[in-house]
Amino acid sequence: MGSRYRSSIKDPIRESHLFHIRALQAGLFTLLLILLLIIRLFHLQVLEHDRYTTLSHNNRVTIQPLPPTRGLIYDRNGVLLADNIATFSLELVPERIADLNATLATIATLVQVDADDRQRFQRELRRHRRFEAIPLRFRLSDEEVARIAVNRYRLPGVEINARLLRHYPFADTTAHSVGYVGRINERELQQIDATAYAATDYIGKLGVERSHETWLHGEVGMQQVETNAHSRVLRVLNHTPAQPGSDLHLHLDIALQRVAELAFGEERGALVALDPATGAVLALVSVPAYDPNLFVNGIATHRYRALNESVSRPLFNRALRGQYPPGSTTKPFVGLLGLESGVIDHTHTVYCPGFYQLKGSSHRYRDWKKWGHGTVDLHHAISESCDVYFYDLAFNLGIDRMHDYLTRFGFGRRSGIDIGGESRGLMPSREWKRLTRNQPWYPGETLITGIGQGFMLATPIQLAAATATLASGGIRYQPLLVQAIQPPGNTQPQPTTPQRIGTFPMLDPDHWQEVVSGMIEVVHGARGTARRIGSDLPYQIAGKTGTAQVFSIAQDSEYVAEDLEKRLLDHALFIAFAPADAPRIAIAVVVENGGSGSGVAAPIARTVIEHYLAGLRSAEAS
Amino acid sequence: MLGAPPQHRRDTPLGRFHLDLLLLLLLLTLALLGLVILWSASGEDLQMLQRQLIRLGLAFGAMLLVAQISPDTLQRWAPWLFGFGLLLLLAVLLTGEIGKGAQRWLDVGLFRFQPSELMKLAVPMMVAWYLAEHPLPPTLRQIMIALLLAAVPTLLIAMQPDLGTALLIASSGGFVVLFAGMPWRLIGYSLLLLLPTAWLHWHFGMYDYQRQRVLTFLDPERDPLGAGYHTIQSKIAIGSGGLYGKGWLNGTQSHLEFLPERHTDFIFAVYGEEFGLFGVLLLLLLYLLIVVRGLVIASQAQDSFSRLLAGAITMTFMVYFVINIGMVIGVLPVVGLPLPLVSYGGSAMITLMIAFGILMAIHTHRKLLKN
Repeated sequence: MGSRYRSSIKDPIRESHLFHIRALQAGLFTLLLILLLIIRLFHLQVLEHDRYTTLSHNNRVTIQPLPPTRGLIYDRNGVLLADNIATFSLELVPERIADLNATLATIATLVQVDADDRQRFQRELRRHRRFEAIPLRFRLSDEEVARIAVNRYRLPGVEINARLLRHYPFADTTAHSVGYVGRINERELQQIDATAYAATDYIGKLGVERSHETWLHGEVGMQQVETNAHSRVLRVLNHTPAQPGSDLHLHLDIALQRVAELAFGEERGALVALDPATGAVLALVSVPAYDPNLFVNGIATHRYRALNESVSRPLFNRALRGQYPPGSTTKPFVGLLGLESGVIDHTHTVYCPGFYQLKGSSHRYRDWKKWGHGTVDLHHAISESCDVYFYDLAFNLGIDRMHDYLTRFGFGRRSGIDIGGESRGLMPSREWKRLTRNQPWYPGETLITGIGQGFMLATPIQLAAATATLASGGIRYQPLLVQAIQPPGNTQPQPTTPQRIGTFPMLDPDHWQEVVSGMIEVVHGARGTARRIGSDLPYQIAGKTGTAQVFSIAQDSEYVAEDLEKRLLDHALFIAFAPADAPRIAIAVVVENGGSGSGVAAPIARTVIEHYLAGLRSAEAS
Repeated sequence: MLGAPPQHRRDTPLGRFHLDLLLLLLLLTLALLGLVILWSASGEDLQMLQRQLIRLGLAFGAMLLVAQISPDTLQRWAPWLFGFGLLLLLAVLLTGEIGKGAQRWLDVGLFRFQPSELMKLAVPMMVAWYLAEHPLPPTLRQIMIALLLAAVPTLLIAMQPDLGTALLIASSGGFVVLFAGMPWRLIGYSLLLLLPTAWLHWHFGMYDYQRQRVLTFLDPERDPLGAGYHTIQSKIAIGSGGLYGKGWLNGTQSHLEFLPERHTDFIFAVYGEEFGLFGVLLLLLLYLLIVVRGLVIASQAQDSFSRLLAGAITMTFMVYFVINIGMVIGVLPVVGLPLPLVSYGGSAMITLMIAFGILMAIHTHRKLLKN
């Protein structure tokens, strides 16, 4: 190499020459290494190819993920609302089947496979992960399992798997609260942790099942197994059990929920009942509903279309998403604002001739009572639902104060209930109108906001939460469905804490009492708008009726002729809490196209209140 | 073909844009093949493919950008870059974040940065800068200093501990010294010296998991469900591929079985299973051509710094793929190096492509010599 030759002067030609030799050596060295790799690869892929082929085909070690058992959901009395039932399902691995159509035909001779099953199978086939079993039939009977087992030899790639299937025993009754699980779709696949869901086929899609997915799901387990060519497990080598999900205990009272649902009869609408002292959701009803069990394994297209296109919109969660003008149910809140802001006191009266006019305008804002209520104070304005009194009050308050105060009661804001999909409703303001319509606010709009008409929209959950706030003397709680979470193996459920989300500065408790007394008069007074429900009660109900003109919810374009008249009727509303002196339940009822609040909505509320309080009475007696 | 004589670049329309078309074509072919393999190895995951595409775009962009920098500038930067890298490495040891059980990331607010990536370039640059200051071949003293320059960052990285990167950085520095003309006699002596060092290292310098890897490498059956599982499974995958492979997307071992890290460090197993020995030969040919092109560029470089740096970069690339393939086929221990330009992954690929950018810069910034 001549490396012993040293010089302090650079010799470019010599250096370059030296480098060329080294570069050549480096190239040869690389070639040598690559040749060594090739020899090894030749050894593996040619000489030992048969051995490795056998290894890859016959006994091989695989790691199988084990699905965790999903947590159960109970109501407040321990009644099971979401269960896991063991079923046998018939599943196919397309990669292991030579002729899929022939196999499907053979299966059809052995067990019943209907068009819905086929359709669902084809849909899954298009998007499944490779070498993943696709279910063709669920809930095989013992006889069907036996028939497949006997014919297994001519059905390679066909498996019978025992699976836990989610089941909702109360079907429609819990659809809009508990929700349901369904098979994981592509969009969800990208959001979830693939490892955690390696063995799971279902994920919460709606309601509590969705909002508490992380609690319910549990943790995946693993087992290392030796399998044969048909991926039958020969031997379990190593086993890490899956960790089941946590059970949930809801505040929901399923008996109360059933009573409420039945009270609606054939009507459409929603009901939300809350415990004013905690925000616990006692009942959350939206009728008509649907059977969530249909969605667990994927609903057949024609059935889904029927539900989706139904005029009565069973899929729509009216309790959380239905936005209705709150109508006269707004009045107690506006009246309270009038007192607390000092604009009126309880002696203040307004003469109601049956209409109200703004100065300098000929437009008459009508009262619902054509001939008027005469001279009324706040107490009677609430109990008789005098519109003119509240036109006048709203005019004196102005929209800004009303917007701020009603917003603090939760209007125009999501209630924060612990399931998703809630609508915001609308509490209009000058700024809102400028931003969305680019128009100034008109005084007339202030008037009709005072009686809950115009732009204002509220959801049943918002109405119930606002009523609960009124009942609790100004403390707002986040409505909660989930009462406690019970981790697996832990016998003590861990209760969720009620979340206070706001407190009103109560300037004078007498103001609140004044409004509540007006609401008691609604039910128990001689001229109260809901006096029909006030008889034969061992306690007092404080309530307020409301009627909302139809324009927002009746967006269905397909009107059935004989239904037309019914669908143009006003929505009936009723809010209430009871007992009036020590509230245990606050409730909001909306009956779509029900006509008047006193006629249909109030009796439903009474039924629910009476059932709940009777239950409390008997529990306290024993 | 791989050694075309230098042409006067200003004559071509793209004359002012520094780019080695041949190297670019080879790298593009390799990246394309990599994407084809990744599509299968990822289980046809479009999102993963898209992310890899974005990374490749960034990496090729970085390469072309670096190719515009003159080697003289690089030579001036070398000591500064090296010093900066050393400081960062110390910072990592003191404050670094724990990632995957080892400490190698530095949180710079906006992103996490791995200073060892910078050192992959800074070490060969520094050693080449130092040796090029003096006439070649270097004296024993110069060799010792040069090796020390490489040893300090290597030890710092090995302490993190990141065995794979430490190995790469050590070899990049070592290759500079070898290319500089370290006498063979010395090489022989140092190899002899390596044995007791290795013994000491085994007993005092290694973490348990590293020792496990070595033991398992020597006898994979020792722990077939734990540490040896990787190698056993990848050997089954490759061996069952045979001459022609099972066909693209049809690798049962890769798709069905638990072939761990099949889209990252063990992607070669997927390739070997699906494309067989012929496919593997094609891939090795591509790698070989890139190495040959790199060595030709190094040989045609006009000053010592460029030559040494180009040679070291090329050989480090060679170490990359030989070690990765070696570990997947069970002849080398599992050290956690990706298959360059094929494995799914980020920062290492950018560094690699910047290194190729330096190669291009060296080749295209040559001045026309009057012989």
